[in-house]
Amino acid sequence: MSGDHLLSIRNLKVRFRVYEGVAAAVDGVDFFVEKGETLGLVGESGCGKSVTAMSILRLLASPPAELEGEIEFQGKNLLELPQDELRKIRGGAISMIFQEPMTSLNPLLTIGEQIAEAIVLHQGLSRQEAWDRAVEMLARVQIPSPEARAKDYPHKLSGGMRQRAMIAMALSCNPNLLLADEPTTALDVTIQAQIMDLMERLREEIGASIILITHNLGLIAEMARTVVVMYAGKVVEEAPVRELFSEPLHPYTQGLLGSVPVIGRKFKMEKKRLQEIPGIVPSIFEMPRGCRFHPRCHRMMDICRLEEPPMVEMGQRRRVLCWLWA
Amino acid sequence: MGSGKEKTAKLPEGGRSSSEGIPSGTQSQFRKGLAKLLRNKMAVFGGILILGYMVTAIFAPILYPGNPSAPNLMRSLERPSWEHPLGTDELGRSILGRIIYGSRVSLMISLGVVSVGLLIGVPLGLISGYYGGKVDFILQRITDMLLAFPGFLLALALVAILGVGINNTVISIGISMVPIYIRLVRGCVLSVREQVYVEAAIAVGTPDLRIIRRHILPNVMVPIIVQTSLGMGTAILFAAGLGFLGIGVQPPTPEWGAMLGSGRGYIFNSPHVATFPGLAIFLAVLGFNLLGDGLRDALDPRSKI
Repeated sequence: MSGDHLLSIRNLKVRFRVYEGVAAAVDGVDFFVEKGETLGLVGESGCGKSVTAMSILRLLASPPAELEGEIEFQGKNLLELPQDELRKIRGGAISMIFQEPMTSLNPLLTIGEQIAEAIVLHQGLSRQEAWDRAVEMLARVQIPSPEARAKDYPHKLSGGMRQRAMIAMALSCNPNLLLADEPTTALDVTIQAQIMDLMERLREEIGASIILITHNLGLIAEMARTVVVMYAGKVVEEAPVRELFSEPLHPYTQGLLGSVPVIGRKFKMEKKRLQEIPGIVPSIFEMPRGCRFHPRCHRMMDICRLEEPPMVEMGQRRRVLCWLWA
Repeated sequence: MGSGKEKTAKLPEGGRSSSEGIPSGTQSQFRKGLAKLLRNKMAVFGGILILGYMVTAIFAPILYPGNPSAPNLMRSLERPSWEHPLGTDELGRSILGRIIYGSRVSLMISLGVVSVGLLIGVPLGLISGYYGGKVDFILQRITDMLLAFPGFLLALALVAILGVGINNTVISIGISMVPIYIRLVRGCVLSVREQVYVEAAIAVGTPDLRIIRRHILPNVMVPIIVQTSLGMGTAILFAAGLGFLGIGVQPPTPEWGAMLGSGRGYIFNSPHVATFPGLAIFLAVLGFNLLGDGLRDALDPRSKI
């Protein structure tokens, strides 16, 4: 089913021209999303995950952002689409869930009005029909007494409820692709689980694909089918989720997986300390030469300092950007 | 104890009792603001003053049945008496009557002035802040130029161009207020524009105009309301200033500033002629300023008075 790509990103580059210089936040990213799959996008803060997601809907203010490359969605290059066509796709075929449920709802409009707004815009329903649909969506995301909640203002809802409302809004127009940018980061663990269950269930019902952006590897293990690992604006590894966890190829991925604490592990004598990746993410203005990960890599070779590593294809949706496998 | 009481008091309307009208959320927010305002004694005082002026303006013909502009030279410059409680001016007209009718003129002018300021300044501020870039740059440089003049001087210059009269007074003072609104609104828009819910609105494909109308404008209303209340006071002061200089509202229309100006010549012999119109101006401006300050404190979500 490799021809069934819903979204293909090819050689996406995002640069920010700012006072301090040119920041290459995303530097030649490519990956694709199949129909109905959940793709996990992982990496440290500042590696370009969110910028990649934002550029899919062209949400970055430009200037300062400069986009280059190709984002193909249903046969159209989103980066070259005129504004009015793009507006139809935003919230229609592609919708987005943001990181902060506390601030992503307008405090002066009721929950129902905000969900209905998206529906009116994309489905041409009347106000009343849109309102009914909004209430129905609230019920589908398991908000108790949805009619009453639709009339409430955001300040009356808890963080988990608001994120549900955001999900209801995002799914109200039956999108083909859902961009979830750390949808559960601001929520506590039990709510996280509920939200993820909900997203998974709705994904199946609607048949949408999801790009799940997170640095929570537990979430990835549970939700994603394929995982793309990013580091310093580049894709460093892509793999089906099982293979990524059982056999990570890139030293960075190995480091990421190793740094997840496992309850009970400390009793094993050989591992007293939680593993970490030494050093910090390089400054976006001064990327190291050669492989961008080499200053922090425990398996660094001479060539890593000099030349950029090639992308090595290792099988079906399995590739790694590293000299070790070249 | 207090909070428990509030909770029980709020419960009945918090439910779904009101299907139409203002939803419960705003109602309680609105009530909170109102309660805060009513606790502020100075603001209440200001509000009462303004209310007094409004009642006076509306019921002027009842409060003073005569013609405030008809001269009666036989009785010029009389001291306050039972018949003319605030005395008469140099043409023998009742000062009380002229102040009563003058409140109509002053309130009309100040309403007109803030309308001009709002209608021109708010849209330009919204556009400037929301779109940014070149539009913003050009609008802001023009605003800079206008703000470089003191407001009164700008109004004065505009009157010099447009000519005297009540309409030109309104237009010139109104235009002198436009840059203040542009700056204020633009600044607020810049901060609201960065909110995630605006980004979310863009992400669901909301057109720009709708985002501005539904998501941005309501969230910048509070400073606009406060500025409008303060602006009404300033407008009265400016209009009186122009009237005083003889280039505002022209006689025989009763206008406080013009009354003050003509009373100036009799300040030693008949001080009441200038004093009472001055007092009327003072109280009106004080009222609007106190109310404006009170509104600012009451509507500011961060202040916990």
